[in-house]
Amino acid sequence: MERTSKGTRGRRLAAATFAALAALPAVSHAALEWNLQTPVTEIARQQFELHTFIFWICMVIFVGVFGVMFYSLFRHRKSIGHQAEQFHENTVVEVVWTVIPFLILLFMAYPATKTILAMKDTSAPDLTIKVTGYQWKWGYDYLQDGFGYYSSLATPLAQIEGRAPKGENYLLEVDNPMVVPVGAKVRVLITAGDVLHAWWVPAFGVKQDAIPGFVRDSWFRAEKVGTYRGQCAELCGKEHGFMPVVVEVKSTEDYAKWAAEQKQKVAAAAAAPSGQAAGPAAMQAALR
Amino acid sequence: MGSTTHGGQPVYYFIPQPSHWPITGSVALLLMGGGAAFWFNGYAAGPWVVALGFAILLFMMFGWFGTVIGESESRLYNKRVDLSFRWAMSWFIFSEVMFFAAFFGALFYVRNLSVPDLGAGSITGNLLWPNYAAQWPTVGPYVTQQFTPMGAMGIPLLNTIILLTSGVTLTIAHHALKAGHRGALALWLAATIALGLTFLGFQAYEYIHAYSDLNLKLSTGVYGSTFFMLTGFHGMHVTVGAIMLSVMLGRVLKGHFDAQHHFAFEAAAWYWHFVDVVWLLLFVLVYWL
Amino acid sequence: MSSIPHDHAAGGHEHEHAHYPGGIMRWITTTNHKDIGTMYLWFSFTMFLVGGVMALTIRAELFQPGLQVVHPEFFNQLTSLHGLIMVFGAIMPAAVGFANWMIPMLIGAPDMAFARMNNWSFWLLPPAGIMLVGSLFVPGGAVSAGWTLYPPLTIQNGMGMDLAIFAIHIMGASSIMGSINIITTILNLRAPGMTLMKMPLFCWTWLITAYLLIAVMPVLAGAVTMLLTDRHFGTSFFNAAGGGDPVLFQHIFWFFGHPEVYIIIMPAFGIISEIIPVYSRKPLFGYASMVYAVAGIAILSFIVWAHHMFTVGMPTAGLLFYMYATMLIAVPTGVKVFNWLATMWRGAITFETPMLFALGFLFLFTLGGFTGLVLAIMPVDIQIHDTYYVVAHFHYVMVAGSLFAFFGGVYHWIPKWTGTMYSEKLGRIHFWLSLVFFNVAFFPQHFLGLAGMPRRIPDYATQFTDWNMVSSIGAFGFGISQFVFLWAVIKCIRGDGAKAPAKPWEGATTLEWTLPSPAPYHTFETPPVVK
Ligand code: HEA
Ligand code: HEA
Ligand code: CUA
Ligand SMILES: [Cu+2]
Repeated sequence: MERTSKGTRGRRLAAATFAALAALPAVSHAALEWNLQTPVTEIARQQFELHTFIFWICMVIFVGVFGVMFYSLFRHRKSIGHQAEQFHENTVVEVVWTVIPFLILLFMAYPATKTILAMKDTSAPDLTIKVTGYQWKWGYDYLQDGFGYYSSLATPLAQIEGRAPKGENYLLEVDNPMVVPVGAKVRVLITAGDVLHAWWVPAFGVKQDAIPGFVRDSWFRAEKVGTYRGQCAELCGKEHGFMPVVVEVKSTEDYAKWAAEQKQKVAAAAAAPSGQAAGPAAMQAALR
Repeated sequence: MGSTTHGGQPVYYFIPQPSHWPITGSVALLLMGGGAAFWFNGYAAGPWVVALGFAILLFMMFGWFGTVIGESESRLYNKRVDLSFRWAMSWFIFSEVMFFAAFFGALFYVRNLSVPDLGAGSITGNLLWPNYAAQWPTVGPYVTQQFTPMGAMGIPLLNTIILLTSGVTLTIAHHALKAGHRGALALWLAATIALGLTFLGFQAYEYIHAYSDLNLKLSTGVYGSTFFMLTGFHGMHVTVGAIMLSVMLGRVLKGHFDAQHHFAFEAAAWYWHFVDVVWLLLFVLVYWL
Repeated sequence: MSSIPHDHAAGGHEHEHAHYPGGIMRWITTTNHKDIGTMYLWFSFTMFLVGGVMALTIRAELFQPGLQVVHPEFFNQLTSLHGLIMVFGAIMPAAVGFANWMIPMLIGAPDMAFARMNNWSFWLLPPAGIMLVGSLFVPGGAVSAGWTLYPPLTIQNGMGMDLAIFAIHIMGASSIMGSINIITTILNLRAPGMTLMKMPLFCWTWLITAYLLIAVMPVLAGAVTMLLTDRHFGTSFFNAAGGGDPVLFQHIFWFFGHPEVYIIIMPAFGIISEIIPVYSRKPLFGYASMVYAVAGIAILSFIVWAHHMFTVGMPTAGLLFYMYATMLIAVPTGVKVFNWLATMWRGAITFETPMLFALGFLFLFTLGGFTGLVLAIMPVDIQIHDTYYVVAHFHYVMVAGSLFAFFGGVYHWIPKWTGTMYSEKLGRIHFWLSLVFFNVAFFPQHFLGLAGMPRRIPDYATQFTDWNMVSSIGAFGFGISQFVFLWAVIKCIRGDGAKAPAKPWEGATTLEWTLPSPAPYHTFETPPVVK
């Protein structure tokens, strides 16, 4: 199954090891990614903060617990002549260290619950887009406006195979991104045409499995104009790594212009929207 | 320590001699598993490999169980060993319960969650399957095949009665064994087996009926899938139970077992009752509701 | 816990066994729990190497962006087989190997309750292993849908998937027979005076693990059976067109899969609970609460499975329930961690290799437990589900957790097994190399996951390059470090080292240390009496 002959592989390995060693001093470099991506929706921000919150609680417990452990390892060593005591029970501390973690968990569960309730509220959207995962591309259908198109990887094969230098958005670029207006509540209806996929945009805090034959919904309200990139997040076959999600958030005016163009195109070509298992009537019904 | 004594004292616990039966069984399963994979993917040799594996498996079972029966009849198994067998059989039956639970779980899930979710009224139904009225039984939103579901009255009810009766006859046989009435034991045991075989006969008839008259097949959507999977898996267990009971009958006729020593019989009986209970669940959840 | 004052010779006398076959036939036909334990451990290590080579191929491909080493399709096969082989071939058999070797000796039993079936439990594994590894070479290649086998992708897979299904059936049968054996042995063959609450904790954790196995392996068997009929016999369990649901498979799989992860960790908990008191020279703290904690984890493990499915689109009530239930597991697990610390507290601690691995376990498993807790917070999981954060989480709990505990267990007991002390120097080198390289390999994966790198991809966006390089270097270092382990073990087997006394560890109290080293072929043919 190997792509290259032994010789070149060996050489490449050596070169790569060298490159990696050279890269190591850069560990503290700002270019390195450490944390969740910068949120651009309220939900993503809540998730970000929730993660930070839980992380610090865990850090505190961790330092406390292992502070005790290392103290013990240091002070209760045989080599410094410590004699073992033989106690092996103490109901009070055992109850204490059962109850306190429980209380800490309650403390964590409260904000998490609030965020879940907010996340699941898909009511009253401004715009509804049906997203369909295929092997290996995404289909976007703008249900209210009756147009739709496919969105697939735009990175050239040469870059993937190492015959050309890799571009800035290597593997995270598509031919036709999803386009949405800024500040609008966008409801996405997610499904799949063949196998499972998952539609994921980190900056929006949305990750929803696309299940063939079923529709699941989610929503986001992007706060900033820009281009946001994510990836398919459910193993879907050999090109699972090659079906990015790109969403372009445009200003309301730009979006309106873009949508009008799309509608014109549809009218002109009378091209059927992509990937409908059922006709437009069904799409209308879904909007209810 | 193959002998009954150990330095003059009775052995604390019987430990069998090295045995080649396990590896025989492993070879059998390798052939069966590998062969089936080839078979299902269209290789002509597949079925033959499976058959060979199955033959070896049968050979192994004859040999292994023969050894166990021999050991048992030589009274190598003391009270403690007997207790081990009881624990083992109970846990084995528990594992079978969980095996069935997977299929019952699937039935519960499709009936209460996925089928309703596919129907009109949900976002899925509205967007993807607007013409699908979700009810049970169903072939699903996409398949258009017509079929008649299997009714509960008639053969299934009859089969329920048959299996319940077989539980009673088996219990009578057990009492006869404990009371030392070997003739009655053989008779009631034979009756139990006969009832089991009748059950299987009816079920075979029911399957033929389903396939030829009702157009109800394994591929009839999720209704057909769960119906045949559950009843078929159960039928397989009845078959195994009937074989176990037949072996017991053979041993009874050979003069094995007495009022104290008959755990093999009891194990088969436990298994039979378990299969019985599963059928009741099946009757209620698959046929009736 | 149990200590036996009387000096007995039950294990001392060997008697003639005229008809015990020699050579290879000894291993094929054996009914001896020590032989079978040995075979389990070697099988496990072999599979660890096989799975490890796959992991290193994965890491080589991920060393830098772009496709260099393998095709994407083959990459997916490697990932899937790596997971399956490590879980079912390496970790679980290792745990059963320990159970076989140690449980009879720890409870004073002559052997396992069903010695002949025990042989079959082991000898079912090589066929399953052959089918799994062999599936790489059949047309269409091995299963490539991940170790979780989600349909519909597994429906698309070729014949390798069928082989995997049958391999799982066979391994399930093996696990169930092994578990029945272990439960029966523990419940029925304890030496007089060895009450349940006097058993070494390792027996308790295995008792509960075996119960979990019997409860969930059949469910997995049911799930893959339905996959098989969906693939070949036209059923629609996982197909919406026929009224089924792909998500149904996920529910059934994780009903098995979550208890499975505790099946992986609980024998390790047991080993750690044996090691820490010995090298702290102090009885295990909170024995009873340890037992309750394990039982609590086992019970909870049945009601948390959908935390693997937070992104399938469950109703709010389901999300909340599974989140709360999952978080609760931190409580009994915390009890265990605290008890281990309290065992060390005011002890007289020494740092032999088993203790080092136990400490490494404690530190890193807890870290993995915390990331588990982060994953349990459903809104956060939305961001990191199916990313390398999850990969980091489960390698912390399974590699630095289970695997480290098993390494510790091997060093702890190998004097008893072989009669030769391991080389403390090699042990330490193995430990420190493993510790460092493990963290180099897997710690950066947390960052990758947070930053948004999905798992199960052969190629990635360029901003993930640096951490992936670091991770790959760590992985290769970790792999090479395992040669030190192999060497240390082989030295013991060849008798190259100090001769082990019956009780090499000052603080040891359990029954096996009353036997000579190496433990004679038959031990406790008449049970010892435990006071
Ligand atoms: C040995 C195996 C093992 C163990 C023990 C665990 C333990 C835990 N796991 Fe893990 N997990 C896996 C193996 C394991 N896991 C695997 C293999 C997967 C991925 C499968 C796949 O998709 O391929 C996975 C995935 C996984 C997910 C799904 C992630 C996703 O796919 O999105 C989640 C989510 O909740 C999770 C949670 C937990 C939790 C809460 C624990 C808890 O049990 C941890 C409890 C421990 C602690 C919390 C630390 C000690 C406690 C204290 C010191 C007390 C004080 C602490 C507090 C009050 C916070 N795990
Ligand atoms: C207990 C189980 C276990 C163990 C021990 C390991 C061990 C390792 N795993 Fe494991 N891993 C899983 C269970 C386990 N894994 C599971 C369940 C998955 C999920 C699969 C899925 O997504 O479906 C996974 C997925 C997984 C991935 C993600 C793949 C993907 O998403 O595409 C990666 C990537 O880095 C990885 C790496 C490693 C490495 C480097 C080791 C190392 O610890 C291995 C070290 C061992 C060796 C290397 C072998 C010994 C040494 C030699 C044979 C000498 C030769 C060595 C050299 C020449 C250097 N694993
Ligand atoms: Cu589509 Cu992964
Ligand atoms: Cu889990």
